[in-house]
Formats: sequence, structure tokens, C-alpha cells
Amino acid sequence: MTTHERSVSIWKFVRMRPLFPALLVTLSLSGPALAQDLANTDVTIKDHRFSPSEIHVPAGKPTMLTVKNEDSTAEEFDSSALKVEKVIAGGKTATVRLRPLEAGRYPFMGEYHATTAQGVVISE
Amino acid sequence: MLATLVIVFREVIEAGLIVGIVLAAIKGVTRRGLWVCYGVVGGVAGACFVAAFAGRIASLFEGSGEELFNASILLLAVGMLTWHNVWMASHGRVLAQEMRQVGADVAAGERPLGALSIVCGVAVLREGSEIVLFLYGIAASGGTSEPGMMAGGALGVLAGAGVSALMYLGLLTIPTRQLFSVTSALITLLAAGLAPQAVAFIQQSGHLEVLTSIVWNTWLLSDDSVIGRLVHTLIGYTAQPSGAQILIYFVTIAVIVVLMRLVRLPRASEGKAAAS
Repeated sequence: MTTHERSVSIWKFVRMRPLFPALLVTLSLSGPALAQDLANTDVTIKDHRFSPSEIHVPAGKPTMLTVKNEDSTAEEFDSSALKVEKVIAGGKTATVRLRPLEAGRYPFMGEYHATTAQGVVISE
Repeated sequence: MLATLVIVFREVIEAGLIVGIVLAAIKGVTRRGLWVCYGVVGGVAGACFVAAFAGRIASLFEGSGEELFNASILLLAVGMLTWHNVWMASHGRVLAQEMRQVGADVAAGERPLGALSIVCGVAVLREGSEIVLFLYGIAASGGTSEPGMMAGGALGVLAGAGVSALMYLGLLTIPTRQLFSVTSALITLLAAGLAPQAVAFIQQSGHLEVLTSIVWNTWLLSDDSVIGRLVHTLIGYTAQPSGAQILIYFVTIAVIVVLMRLVRLPRASEGKAAAS
């Protein structure tokens, strides 16, 4: 009897898993009002190249990049060093948030055109 | 052509390894191919849809729609993998006995099959939408010749599927009895590896601003190398994990292991009672 009840209660818990999206919504409500306060750098993608391709940010502070894709095709702003993967559709602008970075060089690239789209964030 | 091959290969392998592990985990279950097919076909359709509306999705939630979408489907996969493992822990023994008989009745097994179908779908959806966007970009910019792109894409799919098939066949050489524990362990690690990726996306969206700093840097193996990608998919390796990622990795493992223990204990005692 008791063992049965026990397994039933566990099943209830397991069935609750689909609530995860709700959790995300809750997270987003407590969301980022901070966006305007962050130091911003404008970056443009054109002809599958970043400009500027060298971005300087202050060390130890969260910052953001506003990336405008002037090409007609999508690009993915990708950097394992910055922990950023963000698809930017053709003609769109996207915000890339950077965590507080220790001083150093953090390369990034446009994954869909990695031969030309290369850049680096320099934290100092 | 080479760029197409490399990207397609990389994305296919990430989805393929997950599908391979899922297939091995439900070895011997009738109609498992069908369920996995549902997942893969659904994933491909979803990938095209996501790629078509990439701009629209990205602009949701103050511009962090893409991150939250990615995080949600990753967490969905983590949930489904957990569910599968817990379900297998409670039914695995019965299932293993049934499978030895011809024409095992797996009506009761459809629940985790549905869950794993979703896992396959999510894996294909995520990697597939990147392939679609990339190929569309190449085709639209007219940089490479169309035959070259097609050849690169086809080779990439073949190579990626080949590696995934090798992994699957390797798993099949394990005797059924141990296969359950091996695939359970693999799926636990798979889930534990997906959860930190979800955390990374949530952190990227700016909704979780704790423990974002990098705890260590494994200079030996880069995330971008082929081996780095493989272990990233299989066990969630990342060269530079943030504190929150490490935390969620071990929490996920702990939750799955504890849940599996909890459902196994009562079942084991029931089995004894039935035997006596």
C-alpha cells in the first residue's frame, strides 16, 4: 500500500516536468530592465564581415553589442569564448549581451561565413 | 563546398548522436523506428519553420526570444530524457523480460517512446534550423555553385550519419542486460549536458545574472574542435564553464539518479512479494 502511494507521488512529480516553460516565463518577468544601462557598442555586418572587427570593452562589467546585419542573409554571431550563439536574420538588428569579462581577447565569428566574418572582443 | 560540408557534418553529428543513443536505449521495442521517425520528421519540419521565422522569434521578449526559445526546447529535452530514465528504472526489469519473448507487447512502453520521440525532434529541430539558415544564406548570396553546395551538404549528412551509426552499432554490441544500464548512464549524461546549454542561453538573454563568470579554462580541448564537439554533445563538455553551468550539471545528474532510485525501490519489493 505505502509503496504504491509512494510511487504515485513520484509520478506526479515527474509529470510536472512540462512546467519548465512556465518557469522561463516567470524568469522573464523578473527580466532585464538593465539593457539601457549597459555600455553599448554598435557593430555592423556587411558583405559577411564585422565592422568594427575589433571591439574594446571595459573589463569586469557587463556590456552589450548591438549587431546590425545589413546583408540579406542570416548570420550567426558565434563565440565559445564569449558563450554567445545568436542568429541574426538578414536585415535585422540583435542585441548580444556580454558577461563581465576578465581582461583578455575573446574571438568571435559569423558561423555561416567563417572565412570572412571574424572579429575579436578586447576586454581591458 | 567545404564550408557546407563542415557545417552540415557538425550539426548532423550533434543531432545524430542523440538519435543513436535513443535508438539503442529502446532496442528491441517494437515500432521504435516509427517513433524515432516521427521525432526526426517533426524536427525537420520544425527546423524549416524556425528558420523561416528566425527574425520573428528573435524579436520576441525584448529581443531575447531566440535565447529563451532555445533554452525552453533544451529544458524540454532534459525533462523528457529524465522521464525516460525514471520510467525505465521502474519498468526496465519487466520490459527486459518481455523482450525475450517474441512479439513483446509494448503498449505500456509508448509513454517513454513518445518522450524520446520529442527528444529526437528537439535535437533535429535545433541543429536543423541552423543548417537551413546556413544553406539558405549560401544559396541566396550565390557565393558557391549550387552543385557544390548540394554535394557538400550531402557529404556532410552522410559523414555525420555515418559517425552516428558507428556509435549506435557500437552500443548494440553491448549485451541487452548491460545495455539498459549503459544507455541509462548515457542518457543521464546527455541530459546533464543539455541543461548547462540551456543555462548558457538564459544567461545570454540577461535573465540570470548570477554565477556567470568562468570557473576554469580547459585549454587542452577547444569547444570548436571536432572532438570537443563530440564530448560536448555526449557529456556536455565545455572548455570554459560558468559557475551556474557546473551547478546545473551536477544538480541534473543528482535529480535523475535520485528519482531513478526512488522509483526502483518500491518496484523491487513488489517483485519480491510477487515471487514469494
